[in-house]
Amino acid sequence: MFSVLTDNWPLFRDGFWLTIRLFLVSGVLSLVFGTALGAFRVSPVPALRGFGTGYVNILRNTPLTLVFAFLFFGAAKMDLALPNPFWTAVGALTIYTSAFICEVVRSGVNTIAPGQAEAARAVGMSFVQVLTIVVLPQAFRAIIPPLMSVLIALLKNTTIAAGFSVVEAGSIPAAMSERGENQLVTLFWITIGFLILIVPLIFLQRWAERRTAVA
Amino acid sequence: MSDSDTLTKTGLVALTGVNKHFGELHVLKDINLSIDQGEVVVVIGPSGSGKSTLCRAINRLETIDSGNILLDGQPLPSEGKALAKLRADVGMVFQSFNLFAHKTILQNVTLGPLKVRKTDPKQAEQRAMELLERVGVANQASKYPAQLSGGQQQRVAIARALAMDPKVILFDEPTSALDPEMIQEVLEVMIDLAKQGMTMVVVTHEMGFARTAANRVVFMADGEIVEEATPETFFTNPTSRRAQDFLGKILKH
Repeated sequence: MFSVLTDNWPLFRDGFWLTIRLFLVSGVLSLVFGTALGAFRVSPVPALRGFGTGYVNILRNTPLTLVFAFLFFGAAKMDLALPNPFWTAVGALTIYTSAFICEVVRSGVNTIAPGQAEAARAVGMSFVQVLTIVVLPQAFRAIIPPLMSVLIALLKNTTIAAGFSVVEAGSIPAAMSERGENQLVTLFWITIGFLILIVPLIFLQRWAERRTAVA
Repeated sequence: MSDSDTLTKTGLVALTGVNKHFGELHVLKDINLSIDQGEVVVVIGPSGSGKSTLCRAINRLETIDSGNILLDGQPLPSEGKALAKLRADVGMVFQSFNLFAHKTILQNVTLGPLKVRKTDPKQAEQRAMELLERVGVANQASKYPAQLSGGQQQRVAIARALAMDPKVILFDEPTSALDPEMIQEVLEVMIDLAKQGMTMVVVTHEMGFARTAANRVVFMADGEIVEEATPETFFTNPTSRRAQDFLGKILKH
């Protein structure tokens, strides 16, 4: 059983390393875009609100595989220059995950009493200041658990990239099959690999929850 | 009368022909009101009369459907930087205090000066401590709002408003959410402010405060200003039927 892992170690190592990079880059970009989208959805400008709502309704309801297919094949059909597969995959994951992060951020904003934002506006803060100084820091506590769920889903979603010639961890079973290795044992090790990746996220969540706990 | 005379005749805050609806409900009906520099205007009336909406319209926390609101001769901007700048000059004290829950008492008072006025941190802090001293909660400076009593929180909210050196402070039922024994401590701070010449618009049910501190009482009912008079005249000799009814109900017991 161990030999399946040790004999093919470079394959596992490289696959999971790519998964980690896909996850980290898409995760950071999704947090940035998702938070901006969330801000759009609560902004006083109707056009921005409309854009945010439209984006969420379309992207959240599109299967991720389709988002990948659009970027990898659709863009090629339209003669658009594609970056390398890694960045195209990052693009698909970010576009998709941002919609979910947007909703998580918005639900967090909605947990904060309207009086907090009113008081901030009353002292003359701009919309961005109201959001970043007063509302989001308070909303963060409520956001942590659902945010972690979205990030864990993103980690697992990275395996879809394997179907689009990105050799991340999700592509390991196919390669192992070609080598004639035991599929069940392969899947077992991949599962262990993902569990190991998720553990730090769980600790991050615990830490963030403790830090923001109400005194 | 020359132009400059007309200008000085418009008060610091001037509302002309202001109307607002909440759906079918006509909450502000053709409101005309002018408030002079240094004047303390108390707005009273039955609940649902539109007095809070009127107060909140002055810094555009509520938009209006028609009419004009001038502050210091300038019309209220509708959005963006200009509106934020105007709001910085108009203090607001809310019924439910609305202190920033994640900031300490001191930070609550310094936040506006630091982020909006870009005041030097040392100066902002020093001024904040002076103001907290003045409202009697300086010893609570490092605590969080939830650790203070309602009366203390509301006094901090007044200090927060004062820290912006506002031209006028709006009080939206500042004592309505307080336990009876805490009302007086907040009113005393407000009476003090009035004596020092702060321009104040106060929506309240505290008739005692209206008698002591107000220059003028504005009585509202069903979205209209029904009566405007000095406290003395209004309380002893209300002319309108609705004001008589209202006073009859609240002064009986």
